[in-house]
Amino acid sequence: MVAENNRLKTEIAGISMKNPVMVASGTFGFGREYADFINIEELGAIVTKGTSLLPWPGNPPDRIAETPAGMLNAIGLQNDGVESLISEKLPWLRQFDVAVIVNVVGKTLDEYAEVARRLDGVPGICGLEINISCPNVKEGCIAFGTDAGMTAAVVGSVKAATKLPVIPKLSPNVTDIAAMAHVCEDSGADAVSLINTLMGTSIDAETRTFRLANITGGLSGPAIKPVALRMVWQAAGAVSIPVIGMGGISCAQDAVEFMLAGASAVQVGTANFINPNAGPKIARGIDDYLARHNFEHVKDIVGAVKSNNL
Amino acid sequence: MSIYNLPIISQEEAGRRTHKLVLRAPELAGACAPGQFVHVLCGTYHDPLLRRPISVHNADVKEGTITLLYEVKGRGTALLAAKRPGEYANVFGPLGQGFKLPNTCGSPILLLGGGIGSAPLYFLARRISETVGCQTSTFMLGAQNCDSMVCREEFAALGPDIRLATDDGSLGCRGFVTELFAEYLASSESSTPPLVYACGPTPMLKAVALIANKHNLPCQVSLEAKMACGVGACMSCVVRVKDGGGEKYVRCCKEGPVFDAKEVVW
Ligand SMILES: Cc1cc2nc3c(=O)[nH]c(=O)nc-3n(C[C@H](O)[C@H](O)[C@H](O)COP(=O)(O)OP(=O)(O)OC[C@H]3O[C@@H](n4cnc5c(N)ncnc54)[C@H](O)[C@@H]3O)c2cc1C
Ligand SMILES: Cc1cc2nc3c(=O)[nH]c(=O)nc-3n(C[C@H](O)[C@H](O)[C@H](O)COP(=O)(O)O)c2cc1C
Ligand code: FES
Repeated sequence: MVAENNRLKTEIAGISMKNPVMVASGTFGFGREYADFINIEELGAIVTKGTSLLPWPGNPPDRIAETPAGMLNAIGLQNDGVESLISEKLPWLRQFDVAVIVNVVGKTLDEYAEVARRLDGVPGICGLEINISCPNVKEGCIAFGTDAGMTAAVVGSVKAATKLPVIPKLSPNVTDIAAMAHVCEDSGADAVSLINTLMGTSIDAETRTFRLANITGGLSGPAIKPVALRMVWQAAGAVSIPVIGMGGISCAQDAVEFMLAGASAVQVGTANFINPNAGPKIARGIDDYLARHNFEHVKDIVGAVKSNNL
Repeated sequence: MSIYNLPIISQEEAGRRTHKLVLRAPELAGACAPGQFVHVLCGTYHDPLLRRPISVHNADVKEGTITLLYEVKGRGTALLAAKRPGEYANVFGPLGQGFKLPNTCGSPILLLGGGIGSAPLYFLARRISETVGCQTSTFMLGAQNCDSMVCREEFAALGPDIRLATDDGSLGCRGFVTELFAEYLASSESSTPPLVYACGPTPMLKAVALIANKHNLPCQVSLEAKMACGVGACMSCVVRVKDGGGEKYVRCCKEGPVFDAKEVVW
């Protein structure tokens, strides 16, 4: 049982997890939808859907388009707002022995800080992941994540509003990911997570229309893995705070690659749609890898990729 | 709700580009209700990536099987159609809210299917007959042409009155199912308003809903949407519905795929 395994125990920014495999924001709802299928206590952590101060309606459909080994989404962060999270979703999640990280979104600096303040002291939350990287809403969000000054401001003001660990989630839609990770560390972030989706679009040649009502959307899934892996490696090299890696992870080997590149933990997103059991399966697979290669603890593989020059 | 690797018992052609897949699924067969669907893994190794939602065409509790009736549209359904007995289909379900069955047999029951949309109506008609004890009064089935009319004989075994419409007139009337529906209402002598169940392409459902709403008939429609997770986790598949005085998006895979025609913003 993964749950009893000391070799996989992971602590990131003060958040204790049974293993380093979390499920990524927006791909696992609030846990409830998948609890019928899998034992959610076998996950390292659940990162909730992006949560804003007030409910957001989201974008018109079609919201997704499949692409080779990937998918585009333009959900537009439809969510019921922070009060519904506190009164409905968290009380249900608290029954389970699993770490919960709330993904926070906002259109303004104040909104991010206000959500953080509202969640401070609410039982059952281990940390806040700050989504400054969603490409699908018109204001806020990615505007914060692609500008170093605004990133610093948002991380600083959320930090000031909460005692919880703060984990900015970085956008890959930038030129220098290492610099953005560095800005987060300097602004007081306890860890960083990356990558969010890559902006793209899809056109149906037969009907000569865009497949997404929003025209553009965020690309996720196996197709983005090489880009994500490179960015995780660059970010991990630039900061001393922990890095949480994601982007296209669908099996244990993918997860191990991210950890070798410097990620202390990983998140599984799109893969949940194909196999709801992907998270627990990946955790067990990492354990097998450690056994096969005689590692005592999962932290021993973090950043352990060898340089080609040696 | 669980994930299953189901042995394929048979796979046969059931019309133009249409396949009927029978799976050994004792647990699922007992668990699923008409209008619910399963999420089917069609590809291998990320190609195509996502699962495909397919309605349950029939569930045979005694035999321990479920049947899917599907049209080959693109890569996913083509790969599914290539699977043979002895192989497995990875599915999870049952998913979504199915059709609400009538409580009694007081009202005439109308089932309206467009193209492959007729697939879940077969299971519905059987269940209404088996559990409520009433026969479907009238089936109205539409298709592009004679070849793409699915399961005509199977429906005929379940109800005496089958009305057909094809776009090209190669079978039944030339025209749309909605015209059959309008004619039915114009000529019906029944004093009790019918219960209407419909599944098919969105434009057809819209037309059916507008007629049903105009006559204030109870009408349930099964909608389609692009789905990723299929279980309510990702908010990909939303449908716009009325919400008090306003409107909101709800999940086709969780709150649907069957909706009250009066609730949907068409
Ligand atoms: C609740 C529900 C029940 C369904 N039941 C049936 C059924 O019983 N029989 C049947 O033949 N078909 C059914 N469909 C439609 C079926 O899911 C699509 O035809 C199928 O996904 C097409 O996949 P493809 O790879 O062959 O085509 P592609 O065109 O290659 O698919 C590309 C993408 O579009 C999606 N897509 C394409 N057409 C549709 C559609 N009409 N609705 C939703 N998504 C679509 C696919 O899932 C995929 O993500 C149902 C759809 C839904 C939502
Ligand atoms: C449908 C969908 C919804 C998402 N919603 C959110 C969200 O609300 N907040 C967020 O920070 N990231 C969101 N993401 C991004 C994922 O958390 C993840 O960063 C990205 O998909 C890359 O990982 P993957 O390739 O494993 O999916 C979403 C992704 C998808 C596919
Ligand atoms: S497909 Fe994910 S919520 Fe419906």
